[in-house]
Amino acid sequence: MNGQQGGKPHINRDHLLALLTGMVRIRRFEEKCAELYTEEKIRGFLHLYIGEEAVAVGISQALQPDDALVSTYREHGHALARGIPMGPVMAEMYGKVTGCSRGRGGSMHLYDAAHRFFGGNAIVAGGLPLAVGLALADRMRGENRVTVCFFGEGAAAEGEFHESLNLAALWQLPILFVCENNLYAMGTALDLSESEKHIYLKARSYGIASWPVDGMNVVDVEAAAIRACESIRAGAGPQFLECNTYRFRGHSMFDSQLYRDKDEIELWQKRGPIVRLQDWMQTNQMLHEADLPGIERIVAAEVEEAVAFAEEGEFEAESDLTRDVYTPRADT
Amino acid sequence: MTETTYREAIREGLREALQADERVFLMGEDVGHYGGCYAVTKGLIQEFGPERIRDTPLSESGFVGAGVGAALGGMRPIVEIMTVNFSLLALDQIVNNAATIRHMSGGQFSVPLVIRMATGAGRQLAAQHSHSFECWYAHVPGLKVLVPGTLDDARHMLKMALADPDPVIIFEHVLLYNQSGELSAAEPPPMEQAVVRRPGRDLSLISYGGSLPKALSAAEQLAGSGIEAEVLDLRCLRPLDAAAIVKTVSRTRRAVIIDEGWRSGSLAAEVSAIIMEQAFWELDAPVARVCSDEVPIPYPRHLEQAALPQVDEILAAANQVLGRS
Ligand SMILES: Cc1ncc(C[n+]2csc(CCOP(=O)(O)OP(=O)(O)O)c2C)c(N)n1
Repeated sequence: MNGQQGGKPHINRDHLLALLTGMVRIRRFEEKCAELYTEEKIRGFLHLYIGEEAVAVGISQALQPDDALVSTYREHGHALARGIPMGPVMAEMYGKVTGCSRGRGGSMHLYDAAHRFFGGNAIVAGGLPLAVGLALADRMRGENRVTVCFFGEGAAAEGEFHESLNLAALWQLPILFVCENNLYAMGTALDLSESEKHIYLKARSYGIASWPVDGMNVVDVEAAAIRACESIRAGAGPQFLECNTYRFRGHSMFDSQLYRDKDEIELWQKRGPIVRLQDWMQTNQMLHEADLPGIERIVAAEVEEAVAFAEEGEFEAESDLTRDVYTPRADT
Repeated sequence: MTETTYREAIREGLREALQADERVFLMGEDVGHYGGCYAVTKGLIQEFGPERIRDTPLSESGFVGAGVGAALGGMRPIVEIMTVNFSLLALDQIVNNAATIRHMSGGQFSVPLVIRMATGAGRQLAAQHSHSFECWYAHVPGLKVLVPGTLDDARHMLKMALADPDPVIIFEHVLLYNQSGELSAAEPPPMEQAVVRRPGRDLSLISYGGSLPKALSAAEQLAGSGIEAEVLDLRCLRPLDAAAIVKTVSRTRRAVIIDEGWRSGSLAAEVSAIIMEQAFWELDAPVARVCSDEVPIPYPRHLEQAALPQVDEILAAANQVLGRS
């Protein structure tokens, strides 16, 4: 739940444990996915979010149930942090009809209307204009809601990024842009792809309030998100957070990672979002001995249940192949 | 004769082109340090350096347009777009610039640009990553569209494309990259010629690119039941080799066209219209098409396979045009 209070996150034990649990859930879920991928239960592209969990968990603390989210193909963490149940997410990875997108989308295309989760999008930067439109609709319909749009730093090179930022700023739309800067777009390092390497400065050049955030520190992300969402709800227009983070695994399951050193990965792993919070809580006597095993137990049970749910689900009948290309009309 | 793969054959073609002409350079996403998203360009940056094996940011419209400009400026760019799916972001530069400048300038400027991209489905990558838009590009005057379906064409078509003074797009089907076999000693015929890959007299299977192996495998199975199918590989979708299409149909009098695009408005529809216009009186049966079902390609394997052209469907269509069903 929401740890929000007067624009600041709680630094109390229960809330920190909830944040920790949120990150561990995503981590264990995805580790399981990687395993299931090698067993060929999950196919296609699988992009793991491992290492970046603090961003999804931190941002989601600032959201209300009727806010909207737009995401990328690396969206398992966003979906879980948003509260989409793990079973349907796992079933989607299996391509089962019980999946959150009826199995039609797979890992890269999680959708959930109940949580206003408007998809994993597999075209880099393809979600930004969509988010602008969702925010525009809210504005035009007088809804005081936030649309959150997640994307990687690689997206900042696309025209759609710039067009969207300009539109959002020009029309002062209620949108929170969240750039997950993990330093690599597939095998291309940020240094090789951007003339201005601070993505948040690009947003400022459009007149958007914009900050860099330590994306490995879930409390920092939460605080920044709460501040940004409060401004948006108060009518201050779009806000932009550049969350500096790192993916611990390859780009997808097909990546041999020749473009970066093992040392670099290890260095970042030492500052990983989960160990980081754990250590901080320990140092401040907020983590009891039984806490971690307890969290792990609960999460393991949830993951196991999700796998069972996915296993039990049916594949959709082939005779239904062409359903959902068009919307059935009541008047025909 | 050397054992190779489709992927290596393309790489050899690139290497040869880069060695042959200093004006040739390659640019695209992850072509350099990463070695190409399908490992086609692996090792080229070590051999030719980052100036000529140029990594680009994710800016399809920008770097494809820059390819058009560099071609105008006297270079011979090869632009790699990771997949046809992302070429949609560059559609404006391809259609409104590359394809039209020769004409709009009254013949003053040519655009000697080669664009390579992967295409097709079959890897469970879901709707946004499984498109086959060869036909869209083949619709546009000013472009030429090549679809190498064999190792020899993978090896040699790039050179032919670079020798052409106008923009040429080369589509590489994702399921072909791992195909292995031996290269012929002889160079393939000119790029705009369709080629009979298997002679036969009973019906023609007309196909290209990623569907070619399916057509060949169907022909093999038909041979088992005494039917000799001729397989015509189109090789170039614009301009289409209408004479070769008419020739095969005039010999066999029956045609099945196999095309991974969606049926409505497909390349197969164009081939069918050519037969209608130019070989109607040669036909003994209506032309049949085996195309993808009219649905975005779904993720689960069974549904993806159901959506795509399959050998079984080619056999069924063959039997139908032979009146054997
Ligand atoms: C328009 C487009 N071009 C290329 C790709 C292929 N591709 C998929 S993810 C990716 C890297 C994106 O990096 P970034 O935006 O930083 O996100 P990350 O994967 O690091 O989370 C690329 C090149 C794509 N999906 N869409």
